[in-house]
Amino acid sequence: MLKALALTMVATGMLTSQISIAADKTQLNISSPWEIASYEPSVSGFAFYRLGVMETLVDATVEGVLEPGLATAWEMSDDGLSWRFSLRNGVSFHDGSPLTAQIAAAALQRAFANPGMLKKAPISAIEADQDDVVISLDRPFAALPALLTHNTTVIAAPAAINEDGAHIAAIGTGPFAVDTFTPPQSLDVKRFEDYWGDKAQLEKVSYLAAGRAETRALLAESGDADLVFSLDPSGYARLTGIDSVETRAVPIPRVVALKLNAGHSFLEDPRARNALSLAIDRIGIATAITRFPEATASQLFPPALDQWHSKELQPLKQDIEAAKALLAELGWVAGDDGILSRNDERFSLLLRTFPDRPELPLIAAALQAQWREIGVELNISVSSYSEIPAGHKDGSLHVALYARNYGLTPDPIGTVLQDFGPGGGDWGAMNWENTEVAQALQAIAATDDQAKRDADIATVVKTLQAELPLIPIVWYQHTVSVAKGLQGYVVDPLERKYRLNNISWSAE
Amino acid sequence: MIRSSGLWSALAGRASQAVLVAVVVGVVSFSMMQALPGDSAYRIAAGRYGYDMMDAASADVVRTELGLDKPTSVQLANWLGSLARLDLGKSAVTGNAVADELKVQLGHSLLLAGAGILVSLIIAVPIGIAAGLRPGGALDRITLGASIVLRAVPAFALGVLLMLALAVHIKLLPVAGFQSPKHLILPALTLGLGLAAVSSRVVRDAVSEAMAADWQLFSRTKGLSSGQTLRRHVLRNATLPVIAYIGVQLAYVIEGVVIVESVFAWPGIGHALVHAIFGRDVAMVQGTALALGLTYVVLNLIIDLCCHGIDPRRRSIT
Repeated sequence: MLKALALTMVATGMLTSQISIAADKTQLNISSPWEIASYEPSVSGFAFYRLGVMETLVDATVEGVLEPGLATAWEMSDDGLSWRFSLRNGVSFHDGSPLTAQIAAAALQRAFANPGMLKKAPISAIEADQDDVVISLDRPFAALPALLTHNTTVIAAPAAINEDGAHIAAIGTGPFAVDTFTPPQSLDVKRFEDYWGDKAQLEKVSYLAAGRAETRALLAESGDADLVFSLDPSGYARLTGIDSVETRAVPIPRVVALKLNAGHSFLEDPRARNALSLAIDRIGIATAITRFPEATASQLFPPALDQWHSKELQPLKQDIEAAKALLAELGWVAGDDGILSRNDERFSLLLRTFPDRPELPLIAAALQAQWREIGVELNISVSSYSEIPAGHKDGSLHVALYARNYGLTPDPIGTVLQDFGPGGGDWGAMNWENTEVAQALQAIAATDDQAKRDADIATVVKTLQAELPLIPIVWYQHTVSVAKGLQGYVVDPLERKYRLNNISWSAE
Repeated sequence: MIRSSGLWSALAGRASQAVLVAVVVGVVSFSMMQALPGDSAYRIAAGRYGYDMMDAASADVVRTELGLDKPTSVQLANWLGSLARLDLGKSAVTGNAVADELKVQLGHSLLLAGAGILVSLIIAVPIGIAAGLRPGGALDRITLGASIVLRAVPAFALGVLLMLALAVHIKLLPVAGFQSPKHLILPALTLGLGLAAVSSRVVRDAVSEAMAADWQLFSRTKGLSSGQTLRRHVLRNATLPVIAYIGVQLAYVIEGVVIVESVFAWPGIGHALVHAIFGRDVAMVQGTALALGLTYVVLNLIIDLCCHGIDPRRRSIT
């Protein structure tokens, strides 16, 4: 009985693996940790966009330069309060229906009604005007085209939406159409033959969400997945020694940072925030925990955001003695157990973080030990990340540790404005406001003239580095394993899309 | 006559049990979700939009959309009312009908659990019988050792080891996924080995006990060969505790399924339940717990019926 079963297992195994060898070369398997919960663009737009099912009005190159997408051209009115996007002709959806300005405007209106990228712009109306989509603003916002590259602004066919406005299918205009979708784990797409742009060479692409990093590393090693995203340090190290795959790590504009409540009596003086920053051993954390020492954060914006990363800034570094001196200046005196106190108050703070990014609790523990050295007691609460915006809103937050992505769109101004503009942001400054920075950010948002923006960007980064409403710790590296023989794949540092229509297998 | 009335009362008993399970599971899971600390609008918004897009404004959108500001008694009454109309509601996170999500996920989980139990029986029955026929023999001691080791290894580690051995090194099977029948083998083996670790010992004990029974000696004395005795009497008697034990094992299957599903990227109900709890998706938690509770009732009924069929004494007593 056992023998018979084992033989059948071996036989079916051999048979099926032979079939898959014969059938591949136009098929690509992708694995990443991100599950696809539903058809809703505000929830799962990232996946439909990355896999080339859905498209946006504006596209961007890997370098972050805007280029035409479903809109061929766009222009801002002289007063900066209105944008006109000219729609591409002859574009059809996967169900054969044509793309019109009305459909595009309706899709963007739905996107604006839901949480998403468009919320970052001061939009007053979105309308169709003949073959154009016209977006009106309350005040000038030059980064609007950059926001329209985001996956929450994809354009879906009317047939994909039911009478309640809910998305019940993913019908887009991209080079691939949905074949089968099993939420939340997998999505199979097939080539769309009537695509308006460069047609794909691959016929079929399968996407599998595998939550565990160990599973993903083994999928890459066994060859079951050809493109594997987001590897943990040990999996990355193991795959580096495997011949059948090539591992790549590119810096991305995501930064692990500490959010400080600048309204808290211990943290309101910039010297206190600087002291906490001086106590952090960033190189140690980048070497031992995230394992990319070159990604030690010397400032908030990583080099991947070249317009915002400043080479002139004095890098943040560790100096325990300087940190202690700053705290002494503020009247803190070490108690019997080494913890500082002032007016009978212990320097004790609560840090909130979350386990979804597994390195965060480890970094929190490292910070706890490092701040202990300067006499600051840090308690750690690992919970849902939603506790951070909740604590920001009710004012109960002391310190929060998280990873912030400044590369959601090629131009980060929308996110930066939200984080450091008036009133601060859920994922940015808390009870910290700086008029100069707020004015500079408004000026940056209002113009796309880079020469004019540079001076204001310099003001913003210099002030953020001096005042530290957010303390940067390490930058992120985006890790990918690519099967040998795959041609044309370029790692997108903004993690926007996989550009599957440029990918093919080399003939062996 | 007596036989069918016993059967009907068993069915009626299980049916009323099912209704009770539905109500209790719904109310208890609702109360547990309410008792969790933190604002559920924030958790749901987090589950929906991911942390790059989630903020206080999106939590407010969720609160208004789902009516989370209504009193909890109203929310619970709404759910029970819908349940009476066989409507499980919509997932707060994905917006899909809970029943549709469960159809896919429960199907995948039952397939995996069924395959796991099948694998465990294929392994445990022959080994258990062989060990039980010679208690204390070499095979008995070796399988005892193996069973302890396998039960002690967490399903997660066992899964990764099997992936390394069978998928990466000999490339016989795919590492993870669920699209083809061969994707089922590794997770079923992971689950099955853990189950077989214990059930092989149950089979062994049942067989050795049956072999030591007086009726076994009588059967040999009346002239049956050892093979005939084994087939006609020993195995039939030994099957009863084993089948009853499979019922008990279902609890382990559900526990094991949660982990095995996430290791093998299997879109099952255990995985869905964990996500639903993190995302405060009350309707989904209630629906999932309900589906699991009712599955227990149905499986226990099947086990009752099996025992009923195997053991003639039960029929005459009831």
